[in-house]
Amino acid sequence: MIPANFTYHKATSLKEAIALSEELGEEAKYMSGGHSLLPMMKLRFATPEHIIDISKIDGLSYIKEEGDYLKIGALTTQTELEHNSLLKDKYPIFGDAIWLTADPSVRNCGTIGGNIAHGDAANDQPALMLALRATIIAHGADGEKSIPIDEFFHGFYMTALEPGDILTEIQIPKSKKNSGGAYHKVERKVGDYATAGVAVHLELDDDGVCQEIGIGLTNVSAVPMRLERGEELLRGKVITDDLIEQVGVFASEDAEPESDLRGSEAYKRSILKTITKRMLNKALERARQ
Amino acid sequence: MAKHKVTMTINGQSVTAEVDSRLLLVHFIRENLDMTGTHIGCDTSSCGACTILIDGKSVKSCTYLTVRADGANITTIEGIAADGTNHPLQQAFHDQHGLHCGFCTPGMIMRSIDLLNTNPNPTEKEIRWGISGNLCRCTGYNNIVKSVQQAAKEMAKETKETV
Ligand SMILES: Cc1cc2nc3c(=O)[nH]c(=O)nc-3n(C[C@H](O)[C@H](O)[C@H](O)COP(=O)(O)OP(=O)(O)OC[C@H]3O[C@@H](n4cnc5c(N)ncnc54)[C@H](O)[C@@H]3O)c2cc1C
Ligand code: FES
Ligand code: FES
Repeated sequence: MIPANFTYHKATSLKEAIALSEELGEEAKYMSGGHSLLPMMKLRFATPEHIIDISKIDGLSYIKEEGDYLKIGALTTQTELEHNSLLKDKYPIFGDAIWLTADPSVRNCGTIGGNIAHGDAANDQPALMLALRATIIAHGADGEKSIPIDEFFHGFYMTALEPGDILTEIQIPKSKKNSGGAYHKVERKVGDYATAGVAVHLELDDDGVCQEIGIGLTNVSAVPMRLERGEELLRGKVITDDLIEQVGVFASEDAEPESDLRGSEAYKRSILKTITKRMLNKALERARQ
Repeated sequence: MAKHKVTMTINGQSVTAEVDSRLLLVHFIRENLDMTGTHIGCDTSSCGACTILIDGKSVKSCTYLTVRADGANITTIEGIAADGTNHPLQQAFHDQHGLHCGFCTPGMIMRSIDLLNTNPNPTEKEIRWGISGNLCRCTGYNNIVKSVQQAAKEMAKETKETV
């Protein structure tokens, strides 16, 4: 399958990319890893007239702790995330999720920025960002902006990014002591998009009381979804098996999955309950280590 | 239609060409360069039959624009061993019956080269996950796993000998 005709442009700096995008208008699309966009172009689901290649822009590929944040450059590939020792040591939720994202050759190209900017609830990184309460940094014609994750996802393939905006960095509050996160998705086969997935991040105080909690759901709603009722129930409490059971029920009730080739709506609600409970337990275990 | 001049190194040889924006790297390799060891098995970036190495990393060449490979160092199945000799992975696939029809084999081998570069001594599970982006409709994978295991052992010996 061959994409429809388009014109390729390579940008070597943010400034050049943004200027190109302004000049070429709405028919231009950025490409970073190209592993969401090009498959859609090959199937002619997407037919942009111009592609602006941003993958060669220097300085947008890094993983570091700075000030109060873990900062990840948008062009960091999923393979780089997978093998990064800082993430392995302090943010094991990334390992859980990246391992289950696509396959190794796709991950050699796919970037974290592209995975989020794509605005697809089927992608795995958005749920992580919800759980970790990320802030998205973008650059556009009118300079830099910072977008809280809860304001980022607007609809199917729609985000808070304006035409011309480039997602440049993801900022995540630095891992605190007694905190832990976990991600799992059920997939039909290795490398498939999630039938349903759950990301949990929580922080306990010295008495084991839950101070902060984030729960993000993958592919069970039009937009990556935060399980608000579950978070509210757990915040400020010592997390017990009964509470975990209840949050599992909330997940199965509040999600909006649709029946499709990956499973019926009822099946998806049922596995969501199970994955949510398992991820809460796993995150708790990690927080208590 | 916009044409772009690209120069890349393929299997050690410098190649320069004028290509369309939309030309996929797999088509460039197969049709422009006449190297048909790199296969096309799907329309959805799922099968891995088209896997090559770009700057040492396994990539599905059906999901890569040729223009983006400007300046890259590319290896295809044709370039992994001198004519008349076998790369340890090729030898292992032969010894262990790691193929039936052979359609997936070039992709499996290119992917396994990247796998063994990053993880020279993988567990069976790591091999299975490591080749999860490559589909085989014949073997049932068991002999492919054995092939990668044999090659890992051989390649470890080779590195020892050269150190
Ligand atoms: C076979 C296969 C299986 C896959 N399975 C999974 C899976 O299980 N889970 C999963 O999460 N993903 C999966 N993916 C998707 C993969 O992870 C993508 O690579 C990733 O989602 C997109 O990253 P990219 O860098 O390739 O983005 P691209 O394809 O380059 O871009 C995607 C979209 O985001 C925009 N964009 C990209 N970067 C930026 C930026 N920095 N700023 C603004 N806009 C930008 C583009 O314009 C485009 O609209 C799969 C892909 C394939 C081919
Ligand atoms: S041809 Fe199937 S993944 Fe490239
Ligand atoms: S040997 Fe036939 S597809 Fe793998």
